[in-house]
Amino acid sequence: MEQRNQVPRGSGIRRYAGYVKGYWLPTLLTPFFMIFEVALEVLIPLLMAAIVDGGLYARDDFLLRSLIPAELKTGSTQLIFTLGGLMVLAALLSLSCGMLGARTGAVAAMGFAKNLRRSIFEKIQSFSFANTDKFSTSSLIVRTTTDVTMIQNVFQQMIRIFVRAPMMMVFAAIMAFNINSELSWIFVIAIPFLAVAMVILVKTGHPRFMKMLKKTDAMNTSVQEDLIAMRVVKAFVREDYEKQRFHDSVQDLKNAQIHAQKIFTFSGPIQLIIMWTCTIILLALGGMRIIRFKAFGPGELTSLMTYTTQIISSLAMVSFIIVSLSMAKASVSRINEVLDEELDIIGPDSDLKVENGDIEFRNVDFSYTGDPNNLTLSGINFKIRSGETIGVVGGTGEGKSTLVQLIPRFYDVLSGEVLIAGHNVKDYSLFELREGVSMVLQKNMLFSGSIKENLRWGDPNATDEEIVEACKMACAHDFITRMENGYDTDLGQGGCNVSGGQKQRLCIARALLKKPKILILDDSTSAVDTATDEKIRRAFRDYIPGTTKLIIAQRIASIMDSDRIIVMDEGKVVDIGTHDELMRRSVIYREVYESQMEGDDE
Amino acid sequence: MARQSDIIANHKGKRKPENFFKTIGRLLSYYKNCKWALIGAVAFIALYAASTIIAGYMLSPLVRVLEEALADTAGIHMDEQVTRYTALLVYMGFLYLAGALTNFGLNRLMLQCTAIVMAKLRTDLFDRMQELPVGFFDSHTHGELMSYFTNDVDAIREMLNHSITQLLISSFSLIGVVIAMVGLSLPLFLIVLILGTLVVLITKVIASRSGRNFVRQQKALATVNGYIEEMMEGQRVVKAFNHEEKVMADFEVMNEELRTVATRANTLASIMGPIMNNLSHIFYALTTTIGVLFSVNGEIIRKLSENSSFDWHRVGVDGYVLITFLGFIRQFSNRVSEISQQFNYILLALAGAERVFKLMDMDPEIDEGAVTLETKADGTRVWTYIDEKGESVEVPLVGKIELHDVDFSYDGKKLVLEDVNVYAKKGQKIAFVGSTGAGKTTIINLVNRFYDVVDGEITYDGIDIRKIKKDDLRGTLGMVLQDTHLFTGTVMENIRYGKLSATDEECIEAAKIANAHYFISHLPEGYNTMLYSDGANLSQGQRQLIAIARAAVAAPVVLILDEATSSIDTRTEKLIESGMDKLMEGRTVFVIAHRLSTVRNSNAIMVLEHGKIIERGDHDDLLRQQGKYYQLYTGAFELS
Repeated sequence: MEQRNQVPRGSGIRRYAGYVKGYWLPTLLTPFFMIFEVALEVLIPLLMAAIVDGGLYARDDFLLRSLIPAELKTGSTQLIFTLGGLMVLAALLSLSCGMLGARTGAVAAMGFAKNLRRSIFEKIQSFSFANTDKFSTSSLIVRTTTDVTMIQNVFQQMIRIFVRAPMMMVFAAIMAFNINSELSWIFVIAIPFLAVAMVILVKTGHPRFMKMLKKTDAMNTSVQEDLIAMRVVKAFVREDYEKQRFHDSVQDLKNAQIHAQKIFTFSGPIQLIIMWTCTIILLALGGMRIIRFKAFGPGELTSLMTYTTQIISSLAMVSFIIVSLSMAKASVSRINEVLDEELDIIGPDSDLKVENGDIEFRNVDFSYTGDPNNLTLSGINFKIRSGETIGVVGGTGEGKSTLVQLIPRFYDVLSGEVLIAGHNVKDYSLFELREGVSMVLQKNMLFSGSIKENLRWGDPNATDEEIVEACKMACAHDFITRMENGYDTDLGQGGCNVSGGQKQRLCIARALLKKPKILILDDSTSAVDTATDEKIRRAFRDYIPGTTKLIIAQRIASIMDSDRIIVMDEGKVVDIGTHDELMRRSVIYREVYESQMEGDDE
Repeated sequence: MARQSDIIANHKGKRKPENFFKTIGRLLSYYKNCKWALIGAVAFIALYAASTIIAGYMLSPLVRVLEEALADTAGIHMDEQVTRYTALLVYMGFLYLAGALTNFGLNRLMLQCTAIVMAKLRTDLFDRMQELPVGFFDSHTHGELMSYFTNDVDAIREMLNHSITQLLISSFSLIGVVIAMVGLSLPLFLIVLILGTLVVLITKVIASRSGRNFVRQQKALATVNGYIEEMMEGQRVVKAFNHEEKVMADFEVMNEELRTVATRANTLASIMGPIMNNLSHIFYALTTTIGVLFSVNGEIIRKLSENSSFDWHRVGVDGYVLITFLGFIRQFSNRVSEISQQFNYILLALAGAERVFKLMDMDPEIDEGAVTLETKADGTRVWTYIDEKGESVEVPLVGKIELHDVDFSYDGKKLVLEDVNVYAKKGQKIAFVGSTGAGKTTIINLVNRFYDVVDGEITYDGIDIRKIKKDDLRGTLGMVLQDTHLFTGTVMENIRYGKLSATDEECIEAAKIANAHYFISHLPEGYNTMLYSDGANLSQGQRQLIAIARAAVAAPVVLILDEATSSIDTRTEKLIESGMDKLMEGRTVFVIAHRLSTVRNSNAIMVLEHGKIIERGDHDDLLRQQGKYYQLYTGAFELS
């Protein structure tokens, strides 16, 4: 599946075009509908001019005269009905195109968003832990939701408004020039004026606007910080201090807001002034021509006024689209960061299966930061035979969890190698490797759904008998059957309906159902009482003797009876041996043992 | 575990304000500080509407001149027509100029008003939140609380910024447009009235459907968010069990569901524009056709007049009237749809405003304490109060804390603490042990007065803590909690949080006590290194060291500690331990203990179970008793 995830790289257009897949038809139809809608829309003022001049004023030189059959006499009711009918028809067609365009635009944009969301989620799924560590969970969620919505909106704008507005401008200008090229030169002057004004506004306004957004973010962050740390605030009696801090940032924001939006209060009036100036000049020049030369009808003059409005307002629209495009840039780059993240653990395509539970570490060094001077594990060497039960002890932070995470390749070694059943873990496909190795993690996690559904994570095809058997081994069967709905009990999000110890036992049962060659328990019976803990370990011995069991425990009693015990200190394996051997020769082991068992001696 | 996405869904679920007028009134009261600006803005809006509509109306005399000129084929009155026409254009020009200026003025004033009102609203909300009791924060998730500041306040801002202005402009303009249209031609206006009704109806239908679909879309989005969140948190399990494919398949189902609902919601939202736009075109076309058909000089009117005694010319439409009228049709439909759309946004925002106001109306933390802490000339501190006889009493600050028969319940039903008695003399260390939910944290909450006892009392140097002014009480208590919360700011600022008047030297001294000095001085910018709330730049252990320094600089008389259970690298852990130990020296200490060394060194250990102290004594006593503590200690139960 890793290969499938190789998303196209590049600046964007080609990559993002890929997400249109499956929605190309609506994506292409939308601009098409938009063009038709606009074309029909700009016909209406033209028809209006014709009907007014030809029907009302009965002028023989009305627009479209050459296209209308001569039988329809100027000023006749038939002519009025024909032109009126055409107008209504144009409006109705425009309505249909507009609605269809809205629909296809929605289908295309939402489909695009769906593809994009899937692609990001798929990529995140294939992340290794080292990859995930670079991003925080919440930032990844924001990228898959908020940022996707942002880009989806821009996409929709691009195929609708971004087509519509310039098209409107072009069509309206063509119409105006066709109707009266002498008067229409006014647009040639007005358009650059407005364009320059808009560019200046956007250029000065944009950085101010970004600053305002930053201030808003800063303010929200400080609120969040304050809310989360409420106990600290109250404990140190810092309410007034916090208020003052907040007031300052609110004032800051207020000033930034006024500073930014001040710019945009110019855009309305400028647009209006240019539009109205055009209107008055048109009326003046056109009116004079009518008065002096009777050159054309009033209908023609007013249709030009309508085109003025259309041209100016669509130009203003274009400038605002550009602003919103630039705002989406941040979202695009955040998403690209995820999509471009280099996967650092990729398994080979290999059919190799984990045949037995032999484990060997050869000169393994490991660092979370990849820095040879900051090793979490160094010089690890040991061999475990299939079926052995191995305990791992050592203080917190000595590298026990890190050590076992290298076995299913959650992380890769810095140097040296980890071998399972005689093969380097890097030679197995990730799927086969993890099929063979089952791990109960320190940070247990159950998912929303029933107990049975959760257990089936271990084996989707497990029969009810197999599930019960695994639960009996993990000492979970009894408490499950005591629940009202038994195995069908709903666990709620994060498995919050069971106690810590019950959760741990369910997680063990889930891991057992996988029938692994190697079973790793990372401090996973800490909340289970000692008697049950022992029962579980006895079950392991009796029912899965062939499975290699690797048990990390804080409690020395949990691993005392292991075949061998690995003692870790400062990222190194300092000793391996049976309990008795270690009691004799390992100072660290003896210290841990004595600090825990002291009570027994009294 | 409530997720933010759920809250958003819940939030959107409630869309209508309960008390419309009361909320509006209260919102309006925020304009008090910018009353004149608001009045000015409304005046500008009225002027803007008036000038633009009169300017539009000017088309009527203008076209009339043109009609005259066209009729005057010989051009006898041409010069007079030109003069009249020009004069009218000059008027029109002035009106438009006035329109542009008032537009600028109204935007400026509205911007000023909105900024002032929003700042006041935000500060009021935040200030009230600071004063609410801790119980409020415990019963709401951070997401919920944040949504007041983001969702609700944003909706209000959007309304004040945009909707209100638009609504006012549209309303004034609509009135003007209607007057103009009626003045031009009542019959034509009646046709347009149908348009208005249609627009309102369609807006209503689409808005309510799109509202419903929007809620559905938010729900689907929340589901997807929740799933992503769950799978991200469970990433290790997903990988350990080779569940990537299954997870992808499940995600695909939810993703597709989201797409379906979102497409529906979005279609409705984006179909509104084209419908409104084209509806006005249809009416424009119809009005034009009807107007031209019934024009004064048209065939129909002529024929009607020939066959009847009534002079049909009187109802016929004049050309200049029709042309002017057509100019208003688009405005009319735009204004009507604008008003009905903005009204929806305003309802939504008012619902948000109502929630914000509700929070502002919550009761703040009560503080009836009359006992205050005074510093005497010689630097010693004393509790002072006036007793019943009216005499001033002084009690020296020592740090003796006693709990007498304390009962406590969070919900008023289930007792979380029952008959708890604890006596801590000055300088003693009291450790609380017991399993999760036994009530250890609750005791700490009570001493701090984050919550108040239900029964019994807690005394501080013999005084009931409920009689002590809260700020003075908390000022003498220091706290280091398990979850370390630091603030955005420099390391120095974060340490100084413990005592705002502390000098740099005092802060560094405190950092040395906390064992934090070494690592801080190795940070790229030492004490001036910036910290961020997400803590990306410091390890959990280092953050804890800073929190200890922060408590140290406050030099509290009584110290409350909640030891961390989280795994920290050994070296830092040792530093933290010895830092904590140094901090505890000479102070009365309450500690929720997770470390055996802390427990062993305590003067008294309280073993809590189900809210009761079941065993008490020092380490050796308790081991001898061979009770619960013994079991905890030997690992039969987990110590956490």
